[in-house]
Parts: sequence; C-alpha cells; structure tokens
Amino acid sequence: MALLDVVNLTRDFGGLRAVCEFETRFEGRELLGLIGPNGAGKTTVFNVVSGFYAPSAGEILFQGKSTAGLKPHKVTALGIARTFQNIRLWFDLSVLDNIRVSQYYHLEYGLWDCFLRTERYKRREAAIAANAHEILEALNLAEYAGELPKNLPYGLQRRVEIARALSVKPKLLMLDEPAAGLSSADVDDLIKLIGWIHKEFDLAIWMIEHQMDVVMKLCTRIQVIDFGQTIADGTPLEIQANPDVIKAYLGDDAI
Amino acid sequence: MRRCIVPLVTVSLLGLILAASVTDAINFYWQSVLMFMGINIILSTSLNLVNGNMGEFSCGHAGFMAVGAYVSSVLAVALFAPGGFLGGPYLPGYLTVFAFPLLLLAGGLAAAVTGLLVALPSFKTRGDYLAIITIAASYIIKSTIENVGAVGGARGFMGMAKITSAMTEVWNIPWMMLWVFAAVVFTLVVIRRYVSSTFGKGVDAVRQDEIAAEIMSVDTDRVKLVTFMLSSGLAGIAGGLFAFVLGYINPGSFTIIKSTEAMVMVYLGGMGSISGAALSAVAFTLLMEVLRPMQVGKWVIIPMMLILLMQFRPEGFFGHRELTDIFPGLRRLLGREESGK
Repeated sequence: MALLDVVNLTRDFGGLRAVCEFETRFEGRELLGLIGPNGAGKTTVFNVVSGFYAPSAGEILFQGKSTAGLKPHKVTALGIARTFQNIRLWFDLSVLDNIRVSQYYHLEYGLWDCFLRTERYKRREAAIAANAHEILEALNLAEYAGELPKNLPYGLQRRVEIARALSVKPKLLMLDEPAAGLSSADVDDLIKLIGWIHKEFDLAIWMIEHQMDVVMKLCTRIQVIDFGQTIADGTPLEIQANPDVIKAYLGDDAI
Repeated sequence: MRRCIVPLVTVSLLGLILAASVTDAINFYWQSVLMFMGINIILSTSLNLVNGNMGEFSCGHAGFMAVGAYVSSVLAVALFAPGGFLGGPYLPGYLTVFAFPLLLLAGGLAAAVTGLLVALPSFKTRGDYLAIITIAASYIIKSTIENVGAVGGARGFMGMAKITSAMTEVWNIPWMMLWVFAAVVFTLVVIRRYVSSTFGKGVDAVRQDEIAAEIMSVDTDRVKLVTFMLSSGLAGIAGGLFAFVLGYINPGSFTIIKSTEAMVMVYLGGMGSISGAALSAVAFTLLMEVLRPMQVGKWVIIPMMLILLMQFRPEGFFGHRELTDIFPGLRRLLGREESGK
C-alpha cells in the first residue's frame, strides 16, 4: 500500500484550471521534489493535499484511505504536515508554545480536565511539553524555547517552522520552498538539515523548491509542472536534460 | 509555601471585605461599588477572551448578561419567593444559601447556550461581521424579554430582594458580597486555567494565524465555539449577580451602553491580558463613581479617554502582557514558571 497516492487531481478556480490531472505516488519514505515556474500550481497541489482546498476532481489516498471531505486539521492528524512558502508561525507565541499548540491533534483531554486540572490533564500537558522540548533539542533550537519567533532571524524562523511541522509526528512532510529567502550559507545548512530529518525521523518528504541546488542534491525523483500540467517526471539528471523543462523555465528561444 | 500565597491572599482579602462590611467600616455605598467592581471584573475578563485572546470583535456582551440575569432571577423567584410568581414557593427559604451558586450557574449555562446559537451562524464570518451579528443578537434578546409579559416585559422584573433576605435570615452576613467575590475568583481561575493550557493557547494561535492553526491540527471551529461559549457563559454569571445586587432588572439595563462599557474596560486594560482586564475593570468602576456628578457628561469623558488611548497606546495599558510580565519580582514571589521556559 502506498503512503500517498494522488490520482488524477484537478483543481479549478472559477474558469482557471490551476492543477490538471496531477498524479504522484509515495511508495515509502522517498524524498520527492515538485518544481515549476511561478504560478504553475505547485502550492495549489499542496493546498489540496493538506485539505485546505477540496479537489475539483480526482482523489487523494493517504495510506489507502481517501482524505476527501476531511478538514485540514483532520488531514494533519493523519500524518501530513507542511510548512508555508511565506513563514506562518504564530509570531507572538513563544517558540515552545508554537510547538505545543501544533500537538493539538493529540491533546486527549477535554475542557473539564483543563478547568479541574485533573491527573489526565497534567499527564498529557507534561507529555506534550516533553515532546516539544525533545523536538527543539533535536533541531538545535532548545536555547530559543522562550523567545518569540518574531524576534528570531529569518533562517531560525524557517527552522522553527520545520520543527513545528515535525511536532505533528508526520509520515509525510511537505516543505513549500524551504530555501526561499535564505542566504547561501543557510541554504547549505538547510540541505544538511532536510537530509538529516529524512533519515532521522524516517518520513517521506515532498518539497517545492526553486533553488535547483537544493532539489538536485536531495530529491530522488522530481516532477515538473507548468500551467497546471505535469510536463516531466524523473531523476534529477533526467530533469536537467529535459528540453520541455528548459523551455518552461527559460522560454523557447533558449534552445 | 509559595503555592499557598495566592489562596492565602484571596481568603484574607475576602475576610477583610466581609469584616469591613459587617462592622460598617465601609458604608453601604462603598459596598455596592465593590460589588459592581467585581461584576465588572467578570464582564471585562470574559469579554477579553473573545476580543483580546481570540481577536474577534463581539459587541453583544450585555445580551448574554441579560440572559443570565433573567434566567437566574426568574428561577430563584419561582422556586423560593413566597407568594405570587408561578404559585411558589416550592422550596424552603433556607435552601437559598446552598442553591444560589447553582442558580448563578444555571444563568451562566443558559447564556452559554445562547452564545452557541449566536456563534454557529457567525462561523463563516470574521471581524466586522461577527460584530454585526452580536449586536443584532443582543437586540433580539432585549426585545424578546421586553415582549414576555410573564417576566414583566419592559417594566422589568423584581423579587430578588426576597431571596437575598432569605439568605440573611439563615445567617446575617453580607451574602451578595460573598457571592460576588466567589464568582470573581471562580472566573479568574477558570479563565487563567483555560488560556494557559495547550487547549487555550489554540485561541491565541487562531488570532495570530487561523489558517496556520487549522493546518497545524488545531480544530479551529471547536476552539472558537468553546471560547465564545465560555465568554458568554461567564457574562451570564455576571448578569445573575447584577440582578441580585440591584434587586431589580429591566431590559433597559442591558443595552448597547452596557456592552460598550465592557468593551471600554477590555481596550483600556490591554487585549489578551487577564490582569489588565481585571485592573481596568477596577479603575473603570472607580472612574464611573468619580465622574457620577457629571451625569451624562461622563459619556463624553470616557469615550474621549478611549480615543486618546487608541491614539497613543492602541494595545491598551498592558497589551497582551500580564502583571507578572511587567513586575518579574511578583512572578518570583508567586513561584510561577516563566511562560515558555
């Protein structure tokens, strides 16, 4: 059974077909890339898979089950976490609280436990805090636990957002342009970090990225979409040599 | 040892206030000011949950207060008051001492259910639209009460004094002072526990980025619903206390002016800060008393203050910070952990 099976996915916005019959399949713990020029529909694919938009046609199967009709927080609870192109942390909650809140899917206590501070509440909150500290420790963020994300440099904010996504204990981690806006030194760190997360957390990673350096070094397979259509699918080397891809990025005259 | 400081201070404060009331060290006027102060603290801290923590804009707090006030007083008078309404009394007067908190809670529960009914259609909307819906809802509540003859309609409803005097027959202490104090403590404990839990941190997450919250597994609909119900339920409790302290209520007590008062207290104190909302309720109550000789003129002064505040300190005096954030020494004294460390 495949981890994620996206079948024939189409998404329209009014008269605009943003994504057309997109297909992908994660067998196990692959690290796949999704690239394409601006406005190609990459983020729309992510938004549909994470449940934020309903597909206009097609199906998304996660571990064999359809995610149709599930609200985004339910999809996340199944084990699909993501980061955002423009960082969307809760900038006025401490780094630790960011990681705590994103474990909402396994609170496992109700409102009354919260008011009465029952044993169950204390046990669950302690477990959630311990989890959060563990993740921050693993990503070398422990010293920033009490800081507000708005006071952190951009590179660290990216890292916190990845930590927050990992706190959902995902089986599939979707990274939407993780290298956007990073300095070249930070990009090198990011490549190491993603490679390490892929091994250490034993999960599948699906990445949208514009910086070829990052995708070429990390991904085993890359899909290219342009105007919602999948125009290429293959290993990094194949993609680099594919005339359609070069045309999509550089225009007809380049060839 | 440090864990005991807060309960110890609370109990001695209650003892002090009760003793001062019994011995007439503070006269009846100041006693009622103190009680309204307590009611205002409940109103402002509960509205702060929605307008401050959740970042929504509810303008109908008085409506929920009215529901709580009417439900608890009608229930009390029907069950305990000798002669009259609905052919009572059904229960002996001395039971009021025990039943009073339950009556308040019944009012709070009714207000919370009303809050649910208001929140459900407003789910698809945010900001301005919630403001309009809550104003509309508070008008519906007000005109509904005005048209129910059984509870006095526009003339108002009374008989609560019989309940309070039944309590003093059991034991002659200033009962309403005790209940207001207890309700304030209850409210502050409930709200503090709510917002400091991971559950309640979800409320802040919804305010700061609702889409990110939903994507990061927070059930945003549930968070919004629970928070709104909690806020309106506590307003209902404040309404119940208001009814019994005054001894008389009419729909005119719960107009948009009352909702505005609650909002002024929230924005004065600082949105999202419990201690800010509580302290500004205290300051606001005193201010209203000081400005009382000016009569309607105070409604020139107070909005003016709000305008100045929005100009020079739009986040309110505390602005998402608690008293313990401003005086770290206090935090050490209370032995509280620093948030997030």
